[in-house]
Amino acid sequence: MSDLKITSLHKHYGSFHAVKGIDLDVPSGEFTVLVGPSGCGKSTLLRTIAGLEEVSEGTIEIGGKDVTWARPRDRDIAMVFQNYALYPYLNVKENIAFGLRARKFTETEVERRVGKAAEMLDIAHLLTRFPRELSGGQRQRVAIGRAIVRDAILYLFDEPLSNLDAQLRDDMRVEIKRLHQELGRTMIYVTHDQIEAMTLADRIVLLRDGMIEQLGTPLDLYERPETRFVAGFLGSPKMNFLPATLTADGVSLTDGTVLPLPGRQGLKAGQAVVLGIRPQHITMAAKDQAAGHARVPVTIELVQPTGSRVQVTLPFGGTSIIAELSAHDVDKPGQSTHIDIDMTRAVIIDPQSETVI
Amino acid sequence: MSSALPFHRRKGFRLAMRYLIACILVVIFVFPVYWLFIISFKTPDEIFAYPPVWYPNSIQFANYLVLFKDGDAATVWNSLVLATISTFFAMILGTIAAYSLVRFKTGGENLAVWIISQRMMPPVAIVFPVFLLYVWLGWVDTYIGLIVLYTAFALPYVIWMMRGYIEDIPLELEESALVDGCTRWEVLRKVVFPMARSGLFATAVFTFVFSWNDFLFALVLTRTEVTTYTVQVTHYFGGQSNFWAKIAAMSVLGTIPVFITVAIMQRYLVRGISMGAVKG
Repeated sequence: MSDLKITSLHKHYGSFHAVKGIDLDVPSGEFTVLVGPSGCGKSTLLRTIAGLEEVSEGTIEIGGKDVTWARPRDRDIAMVFQNYALYPYLNVKENIAFGLRARKFTETEVERRVGKAAEMLDIAHLLTRFPRELSGGQRQRVAIGRAIVRDAILYLFDEPLSNLDAQLRDDMRVEIKRLHQELGRTMIYVTHDQIEAMTLADRIVLLRDGMIEQLGTPLDLYERPETRFVAGFLGSPKMNFLPATLTADGVSLTDGTVLPLPGRQGLKAGQAVVLGIRPQHITMAAKDQAAGHARVPVTIELVQPTGSRVQVTLPFGGTSIIAELSAHDVDKPGQSTHIDIDMTRAVIIDPQSETVI
Repeated sequence: MSSALPFHRRKGFRLAMRYLIACILVVIFVFPVYWLFIISFKTPDEIFAYPPVWYPNSIQFANYLVLFKDGDAATVWNSLVLATISTFFAMILGTIAAYSLVRFKTGGENLAVWIISQRMMPPVAIVFPVFLLYVWLGWVDTYIGLIVLYTAFALPYVIWMMRGYIEDIPLELEESALVDGCTRWEVLRKVVFPMARSGLFATAVFTFVFSWNDFLFALVLTRTEVTTYTVQVTHYFGGQSNFWAKIAAMSVLGTIPVFITVAIMQRYLVRGISMGAVKG
C-alpha cells in the first residue's frame, strides 16, 4: 500500500512555475528524500503535501484518501521545520504535547506519549526547560519529538539539520536514521545536502527545475545516473567531466589520449561526448593492472589531505581532474606517477541532450 | 587611572552630574502632579493662602466626599466603562484585522495604508456629522454611542500596531500549529496572542489612554447620563470663580485608573514599545 500518491502536481506562484507535473508514489514505511539544488521546488513540493501551499493542478492522496483540498490538520501528517518552530512561551513538555492537546488527548495519554518520545530522543531531563535554554541540537530533538509523539501516516522533514553545525548534523543524521528504523513510519525528508540524501534514503527523488530528474535507490542514482546533472550532483568530490570523441571501441580525449570502453557495444565512432569519471574510480597504478582499467601517466598538481584519503588535482585529458587516492600513495605536488582509471564504471554523456548514453 | 584625569572627566563626577540633571527634570515634571494631589486634600483656606501652603497640615477628604455625594464621581466610572469596553473591542477586532492583512494579504498592499490614513483626519471635522447621525439613531448620551465611536477611532491605530507585531511572528510557528491540528482561530489564540503579548498590552494601554483622554466627542455627544470625567471637570470652571478643590479632586480621581493600568502593564509596555521600534 502506498501512503502518499501524487499525481501530475503543478504549482504556480504568479508567473513562476515552481513544480512542473510531478508523479510520485511512496510505499508505506519508506524513507524518501527529496533532494536538489536550491530553487528546484523540493520545499514547495513538501509544503503542498503538508497543505501549507495550495495545489495549482493535480492531486495528492495520503493514506488512500484524496487530501488535495484538505486543511493541514485533516491530513494526518506531522512535520519538522527547518527553524525548529518551537513556541518560546511553552516549556519542552508543552511544546511536545502541543499537537496532542490540539487533538484533545487525555492528560494521562499526553503524559505517556510525551514521556516515551522524550526517552527515545534522550531529552527526558529537559522537559521543564524553555526553548531559549536549549542548545541547537536539543531544540532540534524537541522539534522531532513534537512530530513523533503523534500517530501520523506521514512524517515530513523540511531541511531539519541545516541549522546545525557539522558535527551535530552527523549525530542527528544517525539519530533520524535510527528513529526511522525503530518507528518504521513513512517519512519524507527534504534536503539540499547530497550526503544526507545518500545516507538516509531508501529512495531518492532528485529534483531539478520543478521536475523529477531521476528517482531510485541511492546506489541506483550513484552507479547509474541517467543524466549529467544526476551524475554531477551525487558524490563528493564531484564527478570529473572530460570532453571527448567516441572511437570504435573507446574514447579519444582532446589531448589525444585514447581510453578503452570495455563491454560497450554500438558506439557511434566520431560522436562528440562527455566522459564522466568519479574521483573514487581512479587509483594509483598497482602492480597488476585490473581488467577494464586504463593506465595513464600523470603529474600531481595539488594535494588536499582529508585524513586517510587525499584529493589530488591532476592535469589530464586537456583539462584538470580530481582523484581520491589513499594517503600513503601520494608524496607531494610535482610527483610523476601512473594512475589506473576504472573504465567499466565510466559514464558517457551526450552533450546535446545531457543524458547518459 | 581615573585619579590622573581632570576632575570633570572622572567617572564619579559624571555620574553625579547625570543624577543631578535627572533629579531636576523629575522635579519639574512631577511638581504639577504633586500640586494637584495636594490641592485635592486642602481646605479652601489653604488653597487660597498666600504664601502658598506647600503641604497641608492635615489630610482631609472633604473635597472627595462632595464629589461622591453629588454623584459627580460617577463620571469617572463612565469614563472607565467607555474606555475599557472600547479598548477591549478595538483590540479583538483590530488584531483579527491585522492578522488578516499580514497573513492573507487582504486588500493587497494598499488597504493597510488606507486604514492608517483614517487616523490623519481631524476628529473635529466629523464630530457634528456624527452628532446628527447619533440624534437620528437615538445614540446621543448613551454608552453604546461612545463605545462604537471610540472603538472605531482606535481601530486604525490598533490594526497598524498589531500588524507590525504579527509580522514579527515567524510563519513556521503558525504553520507548525496548523499541521499539529489547530484551526486558524486556534492559531490566533494559541500562537499569535501569546507571541504578540507584549505588543498587545502596549497597544491596549495606548488605546485605553486615547479613549480615556477624549474630550471632544464626550462634550458633544453626551448630556447628563454618560458624561465623562474630562467633561465633568470643565463644569467646575465658572465664569465668576473656579472650584479648585473640586477640579483637583476630580482630576486625581481621573488619573488613578491610568496610573494603575500603566503600573500593571509597565513590564509589557517597555518591551512592547521597544519590540515595535527595533524590527527585523
